[in-house]
Amino acid sequence: MTQMRDLTLDDIESLAVGAWILGTGGGGSPYLGLLNMRQLYAAGHKVQLLHPNDLEDDDWVAAVSNMGAPLVGQERLTDSRTIARAVTLMEEYTGYRFRGIMALEIGGGNGIQPLMAAAQLGRAVVDADMMGRAYPEAQMTSVSVGKLQPYPLTTVDCRGLESIVEKVPTWKWMERVSRKICVEYGSIAATCKAPRTGAEVKQWGIHGTTSKAIKIGSAVREAQRLHADPIDAILSVEPGKILFRGKVVDVERRATEGFLRGRTGFDGTDEWRGTKLELSFQNEWIVAWLDGEPIAMSPDLICVLDSVTGEAIGTETIRYGQRVTVIALPSPEVFLTPEGLHYVGPKAFNYDIEFKSVFAS
Amino acid sequence: MRRIGIDVGGTNTDAVLIEDGKVITSLKVPTSEDVTTGILQALARLGVSGRLFDKAVDGVMIGTTHFINAVVQRRNLSRVAALRLGMPACASLPPFCDWPTDLAELVRGGVWMVEGGHEYDGRPFVPLDEDAVRKAAQEMRALGLTSVAISGIFSPLDSGHERQAAAIIAEEIPDAVITCSSELGRIGLLERENAGLLNAALTDLARSTILAFERAIRESRIDAPLFITQNDGTVVEAEQAMKLPVYSFASGATNSMRGAAYLSGLDDAMVADVGGTTTDIGQLRHGFPREANSVVQIGGVRTLFRMPDLVSFGLGGGSHVSLDPLKVGPQSVGYRLMSEGLAFGGSQLTVTDVAIAAGELELGDKGRLAHLDPETCARVFGEAKRMVEETVDRMKTEAGDVPLLAVGGGAFIIPDQLQGVSDVIRVPHGDCANAVGAAIAQVSGECDQIFRDLTRLDAISAANTIAADRAVAAGADRATLKTIETEDMPIAYLPGNSLRVRVRVVGDVASGSRAVN
Repeated sequence: MTQMRDLTLDDIESLAVGAWILGTGGGGSPYLGLLNMRQLYAAGHKVQLLHPNDLEDDDWVAAVSNMGAPLVGQERLTDSRTIARAVTLMEEYTGYRFRGIMALEIGGGNGIQPLMAAAQLGRAVVDADMMGRAYPEAQMTSVSVGKLQPYPLTTVDCRGLESIVEKVPTWKWMERVSRKICVEYGSIAATCKAPRTGAEVKQWGIHGTTSKAIKIGSAVREAQRLHADPIDAILSVEPGKILFRGKVVDVERRATEGFLRGRTGFDGTDEWRGTKLELSFQNEWIVAWLDGEPIAMSPDLICVLDSVTGEAIGTETIRYGQRVTVIALPSPEVFLTPEGLHYVGPKAFNYDIEFKSVFAS
Repeated sequence: MRRIGIDVGGTNTDAVLIEDGKVITSLKVPTSEDVTTGILQALARLGVSGRLFDKAVDGVMIGTTHFINAVVQRRNLSRVAALRLGMPACASLPPFCDWPTDLAELVRGGVWMVEGGHEYDGRPFVPLDEDAVRKAAQEMRALGLTSVAISGIFSPLDSGHERQAAAIIAEEIPDAVITCSSELGRIGLLERENAGLLNAALTDLARSTILAFERAIRESRIDAPLFITQNDGTVVEAEQAMKLPVYSFASGATNSMRGAAYLSGLDDAMVADVGGTTTDIGQLRHGFPREANSVVQIGGVRTLFRMPDLVSFGLGGGSHVSLDPLKVGPQSVGYRLMSEGLAFGGSQLTVTDVAIAAGELELGDKGRLAHLDPETCARVFGEAKRMVEETVDRMKTEAGDVPLLAVGGGAFIIPDQLQGVSDVIRVPHGDCANAVGAAIAQVSGECDQIFRDLTRLDAISAANTIAADRAVAAGADRATLKTIETEDMPIAYLPGNSLRVRVRVVGDVASGSRAVN
């Protein structure tokens, strides 16, 4: 009998804080997902967390995410039944029955989507995802690095719109085709990605990311309660590194090819006084430059945090004058291989620099 | 031009009379429990100066914390019928879903969710279910609900469904007071809806309060229209403020900063507003407070309001001082300073006592403070200086030294030399800067909308036109309009070069505009 961890509502409150930090600037705020979970828990639902190693090799696992513009989500809100429908539609199409549901990306609002579907359908949440953070495109995943099959995909809109992408040759094609459907739906869609076997999740899933987000969020919330330093609290539970402390002096954004791109400038404070940091972003923070020199880059996680509350600040909401601490967290191993860097290294975002990890010895 | 500005704060009601741009009189009276008695007293004392009745007054501008206090203290709130147009989306998060339980139980009169709303590009999300709206209205009527809040998906982009629903409700409930979320602007359904619900809960109180203000003005034999100051430092006519009281939630701090700008003639500076209990530090840009962009909690409810970006900390004239170890604030004797402060016969050492001992202030009985030697006073002021410097540095958005305007009744705490500050500037009537800010307030209009397939400049220009028209509709003189804020944000994932543009314009109150009494 496998041991599953019962998630309390307090765990999920922490998950919302931690997932936003792991969003590395993107992924959208988890707030609406958290509200859904509060409602579901108040109505008596419970969610259990299953470690990927406890899956049987021939179990089927659903990978879910909400795709689209966070702004549209702020108006339509997010409804646990829509993401649950994306999962049951996939079951109807494939004839599989999913043992568990996992996140495509733990970072941002999508870190909570599997819990919403799991609560509705009475399934387990698998403690793993495919990014370990948030990334803007479908091919930027561990299963893409592993060359696993990219199809089928279900997309659902609450008005009874349901589409299935039956076959595409590559993850990049999946990105293009599903993006078109999403835009037609009004730039938001609940999606269930290509089903994965237990064996695939064990080999290619990024393990333990849901509990990692809970651990980070819990450390931040505890520090807030004690009026302790939330950044120290994060670094006490994760092997991260402070890159910079300072304040925002410049924000430049532009939308190109459906992405939010730009850069944010910071003036140093504390021991960084007199230095300047610049962060380049494409939905998420991608490269950090200290006085012109690249000091951190994807796939290492670059997290911009409010220096006082420790909560994450996103690329859409960062603003002049904010006081921030920038930290780096280590990348999942799978992205540090040449194949992984091909999909998510600096060159994948058009920066002509060689990847060098903040954590390289 | 003669205007009276009044700021009804928690402790004091401040009033000023301004003639042709110059402050003639400023004064403070204690705020009364019923609010209006304090206003009557303030107006009477302005009258005593003999400057009021010989010439006409062009306007009385009042800023009040009455509405926000009603929410925070959970009193005088009406029960609200919530109607959301957005099904089948958003059903799992109904109106009031993220309210504190006690406030929701007090305000929630009923929740109805029907089909309707729009897409980000203006297409209908689904057609409005008019039959369902009518049925909801009949049920509201049966429950005796007359305060109604309507919220629709993407209504800031297209308010059509909200207006249609409002018309149906008005047919079914002729005395309904209806708040449409589109009037409150800003993208973000839950936060906008929350603002609408709070607004609907306050409309009865706003009506009675503002009518009482008007009575107080008439009883004081002043024949002038009443304007109410808003969170963003502008005013609206009394009748408009009765409809949208949430916009007048937190005008006190804004008025102080606007007043400081006016009295000093500086448009870009830091402002420290020192009261009895706290100091607020903010930054003026183009004469207006820099605004917070984030979610604002009001009485535990998440909303998106135009609020100044302030840091408030516990340092004021009434702050407790302990000497060993040295600690200043955050506890304060507040409005009991004149009875509890050491120099006034009380037993609590306060910042004001230290200032008296140091010879900075001439008040109370200095003899009771003989034990405070100059070195001790210097230590206390040093601590206050450190607190102010730390917050100034946090709020500054540029590296160089900037001027700081010290206003409010406790401004004597701010030392003349501060790290990171080029000049500490004090102005006459600075202790009533908030009432000055009310008196000089202008009228604004805002546009926050998504534009597609326009160049950035065309989109900003379109937003400007909309904002300008709204300002004129709100009572501004078109010839004096000035754009004070432009912010544009490309929207990821939306096709067709979608750009969200927010523009705010302000202008002087048009002379023809008169509230109808």
